[in-house]
Formats: sequence, structure tokens, C-alpha cells
Amino acid sequence: MAAERAKAEASGQPWNDPDAVPYIRIENVTKKFGDFVAVNDVSLDIYRGELFALLGGSGCGKTTLLRMLAGFEQPTSGRIYIDGVDMADIPPYERPTNMMFQSYALFPHMSVEQNIAFGLKQDKVPAAEIKERVGNILDMVQMRQFAHRKPHQLSGGQRQRVALARSLVKEPKLLLLDEPLGALDKKLREATQFEIMNIQDRLGITFIVVTHDQEEAMTLASRIGVMNHGQIAQVGTPKEIYEYPNTKFVADFIGSVNLFEGQIVEDEPGHVVIACEETGRPIYIDHGISTAPGAYCWVAIRPEKMELLKTDPGSKSNCSPGIVKGVAYMGNLSIYLIRLDSGKEVKVTMSNQRRAAEHAIDWDDRVFVTWHANSPVALLS
Amino acid sequence: MSSRLSWFILLILVLGFAFLYGPMLVLITYSFNANKLMTLWGGFSVRWYPELLTDSQVLNAAKNSFVVASVSATFATVLGTMAGYVLARYRKFRGRLPFSGMVTAPLVMPEVITGLSLLLLFKQLDTWFGWPRSMGFTTVILAHITFCMAYVTVVMQSRFSTFDISLEEAAQDLGARPLKTFLVITLPIVAPAVISGWLLAFTISLDDLVITLFTNGPGSGTLPQLIFSKVRRGVDPTINALATIIIAVVSTGVITSHILMTRAERRRQRDIQLALQSNK
Repeated sequence: MAAERAKAEASGQPWNDPDAVPYIRIENVTKKFGDFVAVNDVSLDIYRGELFALLGGSGCGKTTLLRMLAGFEQPTSGRIYIDGVDMADIPPYERPTNMMFQSYALFPHMSVEQNIAFGLKQDKVPAAEIKERVGNILDMVQMRQFAHRKPHQLSGGQRQRVALARSLVKEPKLLLLDEPLGALDKKLREATQFEIMNIQDRLGITFIVVTHDQEEAMTLASRIGVMNHGQIAQVGTPKEIYEYPNTKFVADFIGSVNLFEGQIVEDEPGHVVIACEETGRPIYIDHGISTAPGAYCWVAIRPEKMELLKTDPGSKSNCSPGIVKGVAYMGNLSIYLIRLDSGKEVKVTMSNQRRAAEHAIDWDDRVFVTWHANSPVALLS
Repeated sequence: MSSRLSWFILLILVLGFAFLYGPMLVLITYSFNANKLMTLWGGFSVRWYPELLTDSQVLNAAKNSFVVASVSATFATVLGTMAGYVLARYRKFRGRLPFSGMVTAPLVMPEVITGLSLLLLFKQLDTWFGWPRSMGFTTVILAHITFCMAYVTVVMQSRFSTFDISLEEAAQDLGARPLKTFLVITLPIVAPAVISGWLLAFTISLDDLVITLFTNGPGSGTLPQLIFSKVRRGVDPTINALATIIIAVVSTGVITSHILMTRAERRRQRDIQLALQSNK
């Protein structure tokens, strides 16, 4: 979905265009708190109109990076440019950015209307214009009838919408969102995700979203930067990150994955063969990875890219026999836990295309796990 | 709640109340004593009240106390808020330990010592700089600011340490400079703590005798000083009347604030209900 949106943009995919000028340039930024390195030599280019997600677990440095963009923290070393301007000596109140805080940080002594008008008042916008712009933004987030309420008179979802409105009303060049949907329930979350995407399309503002929720990042973002231990592990479109993770960490962090340890026995431009004790028969991948034979590597295969058969297809590779050790029926799909003959357990997801299929696979059945030659991804780290 | 009060609990209750309120009740009762002798009941009378209110000495002392207490509470609140802010926000700076020690020293120092040291300081300043020429309003107010500030600092430090800093960051992010952020965001939010700090300082200043005795001069005697000297010269029933009035004022204040707070809390609960209902 996000990939389609990115494609529809007039400029196409600026990150693939060597001449494109990045809007936000983060250059070798490091941030230390005492001995603790929160952000470690991060370099990142983000383009105008992008909705970029910084994704990672807690303590991975994503929030610190965001706070450095907003100006609440100073990098220990490295530079940050927004629209070509070095941000080193620019305090938060002079930056062309606005931030939506994880805690929303609504001013408790001001009404919804006053909260939203606060930023415009600081810029000495004329009163009539403030009234109009606040009114428009209240309509956009459907909070007009709550304009005179105080934050403590609002529910979590309403507060979240006020916080979003407050950060949007100044139409910043760059909007920073810190876990914007964290406190919402699932339904409201999905509705708001689409709302944020709509707003982003309409106003053309560049967004950077920090989140620990990979589903949120996948739905929202034009590109995702996966962070781990203060470093960027991988940057790419949601599709690239999901289909072609570059490390074991990314493969494991995004979605669910089965990882096998193996040794490369054949590496040709057209294919790779990996010997793997865990699967028994070797793994055959239909594209080369250009490394020396004999190297050890990890192979990642997504559960939905595997299939279960009740009879042995007889193939020499990409097939591993096992016993069904668990079935979780999820309605639209079922998740099977298979113990391979090597003792390794793998997860396989199959969509329930037919109702209560006659060939249903059940507990303790003998099955053969197979996958297509283009499904596995070989990872060297 | 349904279990009946046992005689033991009842006894404790009666003793507790007697312990707390007995002395005050005796005092109030004797303020209506017709007899000039404090210890002898001579029938009901309100004669001490008009006498008290026409006693220029008492009125003057009350006025002095009020001036000293409000001026020193105000300065102590300003300084204490600043000190509390610094101590809560800046975890590490050179001289933090001596600073926090000095700010809170008056809390633990015996009043006699604080009073004596201030007296010596003022005398020494006078020999060096010719200021302050004599003890009076200036010196007593300075002394009161010194120890009242300690209380305000403690109140404000605890308030600032629970303050959500992201509120200030949000204000700066929206374009407010640090000073403006402090004035329009931080201060209004901590205002209840500032007010209670001021009231605390006011009460403590109004109540103080020991430090005042050391640092005060003629012409600016406070109410506690007057009461103290009157009691020394022989007990006078007007003091009972004065104490009764003070008790009445304080009780009214406490009861009013309790009612206001209960009402505010009830309104808050209603607001929360309202918010939950309107959440589709």
C-alpha cells in the first residue's frame, strides 16, 4: 500500500535518484549519555514529502534521534541539516519542525482551542487568522464540538487528535511523531493511521514517525529505517525490508520468520545451494549471493512462504519432513508448528481457502514442509 | 463500616479529641470570662473583645505581623521557587551540594542559633557598612525570608521534580522562548504549589517568635512578641480573646478550602465521566 503511494508520487522514488537532494540530511550523528551510546554514527537521507518510519525496540536510539531533529538534544558529534540549513546552533523554538509527543504533552490549563492556537500565537499570527486556521484544523480532526474542553475532559483518542492538530496547525516543514498511535485501541489505531496518511498526502509535509510497532511502520511509511543498538540496521521500502532483509536481526524483527543455519556449498550467479542440518535436504535459492563457498550463513524463510504437504513430493531440496506439533486456527489463516526430523521447530502459515478442508492437517500428522526456490533469503550476518 | 463502635475505639476517639482540642476549648471558654483573674470563673461576658479591638498596641502588633508575614512570604516564594526549580532540574552542577545544604539548613537549625547568627551578621554589617542602622522591619523581614525560603524551596522542588518536562518541550517546539515557556506554561501549572508555598511561608512567618526576638527592634513588634511579653507581665484575658479570634479565622479558612476542594474534585470526577461517555 505504502509502496504504491510512493510510486504515485510525481517524483517517483527520490531515494533511487542519484541527483535528488535530500531534505533532511543526518551525517555521522552520534549521541552519548555519559558512557552510554544512544545513537551510534547514524547517517540518513530523507526526502521531501516522505513518510519515514524509524522502527526499533525500546532503547534502540530512535527517540533520541527524533529529539535531536527537534532540537531537544544536541548530537555529541555529527551534523543535521534540514532543507540545507545546519541545525547545530538552532534552538527548538526556531526550527522548522513540530513534534507530536508520545505523552501528547497537552497543556492542562488550556482548552483544546487554546492548545492548538498556542503555536500560532508565538508567531504573532493575527487573531482572525488564528481563529480561522484553528477552526479548519479542528474540523479536520473532527474535534470542533470539543473546542472548549480541557485536556482532562477528553478521552485518550480525542487527546491524541488534539495533539496531532496542534503539531499540524503551523504547517511545519517537518513533522516528527513519537509513537503517535501507542495509546490507542486497535480500531481507532487503524482509522488514525489512514487519517495520518491522508493528511500527509494533502499537505505534502515530510513526516518522521518513531514506532516500535512494525505493523504500524509497514502501513504508514514510504520508507522504514530499522534501528538496533543505536545504529541503522537497514533502510528501505516496507516491501524491501520485509522481502529482502539484510541481516538476521532485521529478518527476525520484522514479521515472523524461520531461521536456519547452514553452509554454502555452491554459489553460482544463478543459484546458491546451502547445506543445512536442520532441514535435512539442502536449501536451493534461485539467485546468487556472491560469497565464497564454504561460508556459513543464515537462511530466512517467512512462514507464509512455506507450504505443508501430506505426501513426500520427492524433491532433493527445499523440502523437510516433520510432525505437526501445534495448530492455531486464526479464522482467515492457520498457523502450524512443525517439529522437523532434526528437532528444529518451524512455523508455517496457510490461508484457509476452503472451509474445514477434507485434507485438514491435524496434530501429530506426518507432513512435508516445502517452499519455492525464490522464497529463502540468505543472510551473512 | 457496619460494625458498631466498640467502647475501646470510642475511648481512644474521645481521648484523642480531648488531647487535641481540650486546650483550645479552655482558652475559648476563658475568653468569655467576666473575671479579670485568668484562673477564676466569674460569669459570662464579652467585654474583652471590644477592649481588645480598641487596644492600639494589639492592633499595631497585628498590623506589623501581617506586613512582615506577607512581604517575607512573597520574597521567600520568589526565591524558593527559583531555588526549587534549579535543584529539581539541574541534577549536576558545581556547588550543588553546598547550595542544597544551605537552602535547607534553616529547616534543621535550632531557631536560637539562626536568630543569633543573623543578629551578629546585622551588627557586623552595621560596623562595616553603616547598614542596617537599627533593628526593625528590614532586618526582621530579611530574617524571615531566610528561613521561609527553605520551606518554599522544599515544596517547589518536589513539585518541579514531578513536572512533565515534555510540556515545556512542547511549548518550545511550538515557538515559545524559554522565559515565555516558564511564564505561560510552567508557572500556571505549578501555581497551586506556589500558592501553598506562599501560605506555608506566611503562616510560619506569622508564627515565629524566636528569630523575631533576635532581629526585631522597637516600633515593629509582632503579635507573637506582644503576646509573649504580655504573658510574662501577667496573664491578661484580652490575650484569650485575641487567640479565640485567631482560631476562628484559621478554622474558617480551613473549612472553606476543604469545601472548595471537595467541590473541585467532584467536578473533576464528573468531567472524567463525561469524557469516557463521549468516547465513541
